[in-house]
Amino acid sequence: MGKQDLPADVAKSSYNYPDALGHFGPYGGTFVAETLIAALDELRAAYESLKDDPAFRAEYEYELKHYVGRPSPVYHAKRLSEHCGGAQIYLKREDLNHTGAHKINNVIGQAMVAKHMGKPRVIAETGAGQHGVASATIAARLGMECVVYMGSEDVKRQAANVYRMKLLGATVVPVECGSKTLKDALNEAMRDWVTNVANTFYIIGTVAGPHPYPMMVRDFQKIIGEECLWQMPEMIQRQPDAVIACVGGGSNAMGIFYPYIPYPNVRLIGVEAGGHGLATGMHSASLTAGRPGVLHGNRTYLLQDENGQIIETHSVSAGLDYPGVGPEHAWLKDSGRAEYVAINDDEALAAFHRMCRTEGIIPALESSHAVAYAMKLAATMPKDAAILVNLSGRGDKDMHTVAEKSGIKF
Amino acid sequence: MSRIASVLSSLESSGRKALIPFVTAGDPDPSLTVPLMHALVEAGADIIELGVPFSDPMADGPTIQRSSERALARKVSLRSVIAAVSEFRRSNTGTPVVLMGYANPIEAMGVDAFADAASAAGTDGVLVVDYPPEESHDFAARVRSAGMDVIFLIAPTSTETRIRAVGEIGSGYIYYVSLKGVTGAGHLDVSEVARRIPDIRKAVGLPVGVGFGIRDGASARALSAVADGVVIGSRIIEEIENSPQDEVLARVKALVGGIRQAMDSREAST
Ligand SMILES: Cc1ncc(COP(=O)(O)O)c(C=O)c1O
Repeated sequence: MGKQDLPADVAKSSYNYPDALGHFGPYGGTFVAETLIAALDELRAAYESLKDDPAFRAEYEYELKHYVGRPSPVYHAKRLSEHCGGAQIYLKREDLNHTGAHKINNVIGQAMVAKHMGKPRVIAETGAGQHGVASATIAARLGMECVVYMGSEDVKRQAANVYRMKLLGATVVPVECGSKTLKDALNEAMRDWVTNVANTFYIIGTVAGPHPYPMMVRDFQKIIGEECLWQMPEMIQRQPDAVIACVGGGSNAMGIFYPYIPYPNVRLIGVEAGGHGLATGMHSASLTAGRPGVLHGNRTYLLQDENGQIIETHSVSAGLDYPGVGPEHAWLKDSGRAEYVAINDDEALAAFHRMCRTEGIIPALESSHAVAYAMKLAATMPKDAAILVNLSGRGDKDMHTVAEKSGIKF
Repeated sequence: MSRIASVLSSLESSGRKALIPFVTAGDPDPSLTVPLMHALVEAGADIIELGVPFSDPMADGPTIQRSSERALARKVSLRSVIAAVSEFRRSNTGTPVVLMGYANPIEAMGVDAFADAASAAGTDGVLVVDYPPEESHDFAARVRSAGMDVIFLIAPTSTETRIRAVGEIGSGYIYYVSLKGVTGAGHLDVSEVARRIPDIRKAVGLPVGVGFGIRDGASARALSAVADGVVIGSRIIEEIENSPQDEVLARVKALVGGIRQAMDSREAST
């Protein structure tokens, strides 16, 4: 182990967020109407009593191992590293999970909480459909009713995932209000929840929403980074110099960052969707280009106009197309512990193709943003440096988008 | 005494209940907002709740969502809503106006700038749907120091502890949400509301207005038997939505006037 990994160093870390009310510094919190407070209180109490319960932990770990296929490997992307000519790039293979992305880690945890709370019905919001598919999957696995809210624009764009959810027995409800995308699906799921809270559990798909969601989703995703903490030394006898993840709502990034927060020598870098370029205004880079505000139950960085209205976002990857970001990232940014950058559509697509050709791995377009930045950064670092990239998902779902960009029709 | 408190106390002494209509500023068109406010007063409104449109009205049902979208399509902003209050005040100095909306437009304007401008325009109260008491101590203090009331929601699921917390931080009146769900839902249980209100009034020491799900004279009359005021929103917005623009004022006036009559006839008959 390198010097940076001495447990004494690590133990010195004073990072202890959120506070009892769900605040990460000035961010997070519980910004919801009074009608939702009781539901959140009930959830918080249930989660508090379960999260350290050995039987619950054992059940969760059993599912992760036997159903999801964890631990996911860390893989040395040698040819990609050689291509970049600098640091060695390692991939945390969340793409190999059941359902093809990190989303399932969180969904299993929340569905188990729902089961313990005696709620037979789960609801979820989805943009690209990945979280919806994961929710439908677990609902089928546990014999629960599942309703997925999806903006009607996204229903059109993601027909294959809509069909997947239906195959798994879920009901997909197209949302017609607002911009008819992910943020509106989240609004509608909240409205369902407040109306049907007696029998319904709301599975939020990322580290956003009111307390306790950002904390709970992070806790269910931190398995990603915890595995890396022992996998990296196994592979290279030390921790990496940088950890890179794409940031939509921020769950795969929080999952791999969180266990590394106490390691001062490990840079944490979140990559947002730069869309057509930050200067065009057509992007989803809330941390890089947004301002703090209140949306979906928490205070965080938002893409908004001068009047505080939430604006539409753009990204080639539907999973990054969200005008907010988890409040813990807002705090990691302000406190300087993590850095946030943006990668444009074109750069992400180039990285997607490069990864396919050099490693035989088809990455999700979301994850391709992280890969693209890792490639840039690697080129500036020495050959014995190590970059760990969270490969949050596989790209099967993106075949249509990528083919279309290349002018190919199926 | 604030304009809200004095209106509510004079109603109480005359044995009448407050009729509190809600409309979204800028819907169906910004030019109709101030005329609509005057029409509401002529129809018998005691307090006006003026909705500030927001792109993501999470606590609202489809009717109020649509009204918000119509207003935003016409470029209505928090500043223009405040300007409408100011214009209304030129010819009405008696009817309290409460701005009701979501936190983000206020935070984008800046809490200080908002409190000063809203107060200067003649706003009497502020209800921020997604500022529960635990997240709004500084905000409430700032709004109160600008001379306005801070109004909070209480839900059927609110615990006694929370109700007392609202009583400590809120002023003017309390807005009791009469059902589980979003605005405009249609499953109001009058007897359940009647059962809760006396305890709530006692715990908060403020008048209690009831809203969400009130659609007609009969439900308004039933609730005014137990509450201090009745808030009607989605039903009025439906009327606005279904009227040609040149009939909006007359039809809203007829609707609200009918509800006023129904509420007062209860008082006459008891
Ligand atoms: C593969 C993949 N990566 C990343 C994301 C972005 O979400 P988050 O930032 O919460 O990890 C998504 C969302 O759908 C996804 O499917």
